[in-house]
Amino acid sequence: MWEVILGGVLVVVLMIYTLTGGADFGGGVWDLFASGPRADRQRTTIGKAIGPIWEANHVWLIILIVLLFVCFPKAFAILSTALHLPLTLCLFGIVLRGSAFVFRKYDPDNREAWRRVFAIASLVTPMMLGMTLAATSGGYIRIDQQGRWMHQDGYLATWLQPFPFMAGLLAVALCALLAAVYLLGETDDADLREDFRRRALTAAVAVGILAFATLGVALSNAPHFGWRLSGSAWAIPFQLLAGATALSVFACLWLRRYAAAKFAVGAQAVVMLSGWALAQFPYLIVPGVSIADAAASEKILAMTFWILAGGMPLLLPSFFYLYRVFSFSASR
Amino acid sequence: MTDLLAARLQMAMSLMFHILFAVAGIAMPLLMVLAEARWLKTRDEIYRTLAKRWCRGTAILFAVGAVTGTVLSFELGLLWPGFMEFAGPVIGLPFAMEGFAFFLEAIFLGIYLYGWDGKVPERVHFVAGILVCICGTLSGIFVVTANAWMNTPAGFDIEQGMAVNIDPWAAMWNPASLAQTSHMTIAAFQSVAFAVAAIHAAVLLRNPGATAHRKALAIALPVAVVTALIQPLSGDFSAKVVAESQPIKLAALEGQWETERGAPLRIGGWPDEEAEETRYAIEIPYLLSILAFNDPQAEVAGLKTVPPEDRPPVAITHFSFQIMVGCGMVMMLTALITLFLWWRGAKGPPQEWMTRHPWFLKLLIANGPLGLIAVEAGWIATEVGRQPWVIQGVMRTKDAVTQVPNIWMSLVSFTLLYLFLGIIVTILLKRQVFASLPGDGPNTDPEVD
Repeated sequence: MWEVILGGVLVVVLMIYTLTGGADFGGGVWDLFASGPRADRQRTTIGKAIGPIWEANHVWLIILIVLLFVCFPKAFAILSTALHLPLTLCLFGIVLRGSAFVFRKYDPDNREAWRRVFAIASLVTPMMLGMTLAATSGGYIRIDQQGRWMHQDGYLATWLQPFPFMAGLLAVALCALLAAVYLLGETDDADLREDFRRRALTAAVAVGILAFATLGVALSNAPHFGWRLSGSAWAIPFQLLAGATALSVFACLWLRRYAAAKFAVGAQAVVMLSGWALAQFPYLIVPGVSIADAAASEKILAMTFWILAGGMPLLLPSFFYLYRVFSFSASR
Repeated sequence: MTDLLAARLQMAMSLMFHILFAVAGIAMPLLMVLAEARWLKTRDEIYRTLAKRWCRGTAILFAVGAVTGTVLSFELGLLWPGFMEFAGPVIGLPFAMEGFAFFLEAIFLGIYLYGWDGKVPERVHFVAGILVCICGTLSGIFVVTANAWMNTPAGFDIEQGMAVNIDPWAAMWNPASLAQTSHMTIAAFQSVAFAVAAIHAAVLLRNPGATAHRKALAIALPVAVVTALIQPLSGDFSAKVVAESQPIKLAALEGQWETERGAPLRIGGWPDEEAEETRYAIEIPYLLSILAFNDPQAEVAGLKTVPPEDRPPVAITHFSFQIMVGCGMVMMLTALITLFLWWRGAKGPPQEWMTRHPWFLKLLIANGPLGLIAVEAGWIATEVGRQPWVIQGVMRTKDAVTQVPNIWMSLVSFTLLYLFLGIIVTILLKRQVFASLPGDGPNTDPEVD
């Protein structure tokens, strides 16, 4: 019982990280692809938007890791061994993204170089995070009778596969979509808004195509996961819901309803991650480690839950205050 | 190089790099808040400019600290999956609380760094700074309790190789927690205060009239003096806890091979692990027994009480401990000299006594790196001194290491990455300090964006 609740908490934290930290990576992606006569102003808007908040957003990832090793220590040990390489690449991305972002501000002589490092790291990191996540769903991490990872499979076969690759691209596209839609609310310059609107529409198309392509690849490369998403009892309603949120994002962007677009794109990301979690359930690592297999004792799980529940009344108001103070509308 | 050695070196390197940024993240907010408090009270623009300048440096340090801290949380699993599988649930409580404290620190630091010039109300800004101080300190304390648990594990039983009957509260407040958290918290403020004092003393030596730097020194020095005077007490308390709970670590710290009553304190010396003796040390009779157990005739266990495979590398442990204590003694003497000069200069114009003697400024400059060196040396002493155990008496380091091969490649890549970051941060901080604070007040400074 408690292990399912904590598994749910992990998914919720992952959703919040996607909506906050994911969008920061997306901002870096749009820095990389800034173009046209307003390229510099696009970059300035991006930098201003994420400057005060990215460190706080980033902490959701740390919370996620801590929850994983406290509540599901066995899964943490297996994942950090079998997925050593993508996780290490992730860390390089995280370190370079964060440092280059501050260096860019305080080292004007090399601003251009730091900007590039920041932008490229912002692309690589969500790609690796997406691949890591998909690698837990694909069935590549095989577990033996003793509950140990079969390390004779090697350190590449666990993640360097078509399905994780597609999922990585999907993660990047989703981050880019979130960022582009959020950025619409970070400026009142009509031309700049049109730039971000075009980018949001492009990203929305990319997310749609990649979502279908990822599912298609999953059917052969991650059969259990692919089947759950397409053939299980909840698959059709889920697909319809995902389609509806995607279309609503399009509609809002098309009609320039930017406040509604922000809401819709958040809903789309949440629905997509829910689909992933449902297809994964009841496994943490498909197919060898279930939530129950990896869970710590009930007492620890319950305690962790109550610490989280007790801490949120402190954390959430502070988090929202930070957002409100530095929102664009407050700065005008 | 074995994977075990590579993993240990990578962990040591990552921790030693991160700790420099972690102490800055804990202590710089205090200095900024003190400067801001002076500004709110006196409305002297220099204090506000000073707080904003310190903010710039802190922004760089905090960002690098946040990302290198993330690396550590992953490395626990990437390098020590066996340890985490066993210990994750036992020390989850402090890690979860650290997560919260760090979260709040990041939030309020965002408000503090970007909230100048009326973006948030003046009072809110000041309170945000105080909250950064509190949350940063708490976050450090929580993490150190997890390390203390590795030294004096408590709050669980072992059944079939797994931890059962876990009492997270008892694990968190294990016998070493109070000593280690107080020692490290003081060390954080002390090391940063001495480093900051040295930087501003360096400017004052060249330009004694630089008012802003004199005010900066007047904020950093009291913190340095107070911490340098109480730290030896905390160190004495820590040594007694180690003597009680980790006798072999104490023996390694002191180069004590034989078990004896009335053990001497050794200053310097060369622990020879082949011959099992410590040569060339200055020995002060009975002092180790007194320091460890408050009794000149107390028995101090020697390294020879355990077989060689259960002993830590004695030379490294002893040397780094000596370095830490030596740095602490010099800083304590410097603090006493500072107090003397302050008392003698009390009748003169305020703060003038600090710049009257160039030798005093030089002394402060020389003290600048000592706190940070002591922090690094202290961590080496406590971590190497626990070997061959990752959890004292429960799990050996070699049983915790990952089975991933070629860890040396990971070691080399992270070392190069951190070397690169270290160089950049040093250059940027140097530029912030020397270029942007010419010293004669806010009018000569370019405005902070």
